Amino acid sequence: MLAKRIIPCLDCDLGVPRGRVVKGVKFKQIRYAGVPWELAEEYDRQGADELIFLDITASHERRETMAKVIEKTSENVFIPLTVGGGIKSLSDARTAFNAGADKVSINTAALKNPGLIGEIAEYFGTQACVVAIDAKRRYGHERGRVVVDTPDGECWFECSFYGGREFTGIDAIQWAIEAEERGAGDIMLTSMDRDGTKDGFDIELTAAVSDSVNIPVIASGGCGSPGHILEVLKETNASAALAASIFHFGEYTVADVKEYLRKGGVYMRLQARS
Amino acid sequence: MIAIIDYGMGNLKSIHNALTTVAGSPVIIPDSRALAGVDADAIVIPGVGAFGDAMRNLSPFADALFDLVDSGMPVLGICIGMQVLFDRSEEGDAAGFGLIRGDVVRLPDSVRIPQMGWNELTIRRDSDLLAGIEDGDFFYFVHSYYCVLKDEKAVVATTDYGVDMAAVVEKDNIHAVQFHPEKSSKKGLVILKNFVEMTKC
Repeated sequence: MLAKRIIPCLDCDLGVPRGRVVKGVKFKQIRYAGVPWELAEEYDRQGADELIFLDITASHERRETMAKVIEKTSENVFIPLTVGGGIKSLSDARTAFNAGADKVSINTAALKNPGLIGEIAEYFGTQACVVAIDAKRRYGHERGRVVVDTPDGECWFECSFYGGREFTGIDAIQWAIEAEERGAGDIMLTSMDRDGTKDGFDIELTAAVSDSVNIPVIASGGCGSPGHILEVLKETNASAALAASIFHFGEYTVADVKEYLRKGGVYMRLQARS
Repeated sequence: MIAIIDYGMGNLKSIHNALTTVAGSPVIIPDSRALAGVDADAIVIPGVGAFGDAMRNLSPFADALFDLVDSGMPVLGICIGMQVLFDRSEEGDAAGFGLIRGDVVRLPDSVRIPQMGWNELTIRRDSDLLAGIEDGDFFYFVHSYYCVLKDEKAVVATTDYGVDMAAVVEKDNIHAVQFHPEKSSKKGLVILKNFVEMTKC
């Protein structure tokens, strides 16, 4: 049986030599967590199923630093590596793949140029293009929106881009469906309402998107405890959960979390502990 | 030395790095002439992507590949590099190399496609390729189609995703895995190391 995936996310500040992993709260305040490839190796040892590297600086001159981070990581870490943040074109994607990435994650560029999803899928395979969606709740009815019932009332979900700084007016559920049709391999779905809060994943958002598409959905935003991961993987059809701070600051190891999830009835790949 | 066929499908970085870790630097084979003259102990056919594109890019290598297979050189096909060894695929309705008898068909509608993630092996028979691998060990799969063999005896291990499918296949000197050993952490490296060891016999 296919296991659910646990994916540590490394938000990388590439403005310093070698880069460093940081963690933002609600897309803002920053805490320092470590050197990217050292954390990556540690997560692989702990049993992480995949890793995502997000360039949160994402300016043009930083792209080479990210390529170096991936090159260095891929020499010793043999699990799937996704690179996101600031990938705007097929040529940016190629730089990431040549460095050793297995997938690229695109958000702003896909919303501005949806054809990029198909271009990446055609050149590197449909598994290679992760479409990242940052979604925010908008309470109330609006014509043409997919409205979801939540404990706080009915809402639809709006896509944002530019790292959460601007809104698009685009319905996140409709966009996920379009992304699948265009050749996305995964949807990485982040709740902007929950990101950095440690209040748990947005269950209604994750359920609505994962029930609307047939490709895997990675739940993201709001993870503050292993219980939150258990909740989102049991109550929705998400295929994977992404978490950052609970792993970066040593609160839990990936192995701790996966054992807890397996005991809770979620199918997990566990490694023999040495 | 291990030779990797570069037929322009996806990047070779991962498999190159993984083989470097277990066996020393592999050589990349960019065209059929290089394959025909290759001085290697074994051939790896890596790959991601669509079957039709893969066969189109691989067809120039066919004659040299058949000669090497006939000479007894060990071959390891990975993912799409496994599927092209079969007779035919539903994907693009294209012919494969026919080195292993059987067809490549689409995963059932009952499951999310592609299968993307870690799934466990059920070992069907002993094989040197799986030395150190146990029933229930997990490997990383990414695929939408799977191989149906005419000769079940060639199936070494299976995995279950809506259907019980061949995950590891061996026929004489041809070895093939549906998953990506180069992306399957330590256990994946064990399989690559086993393959390299077999070539030394």
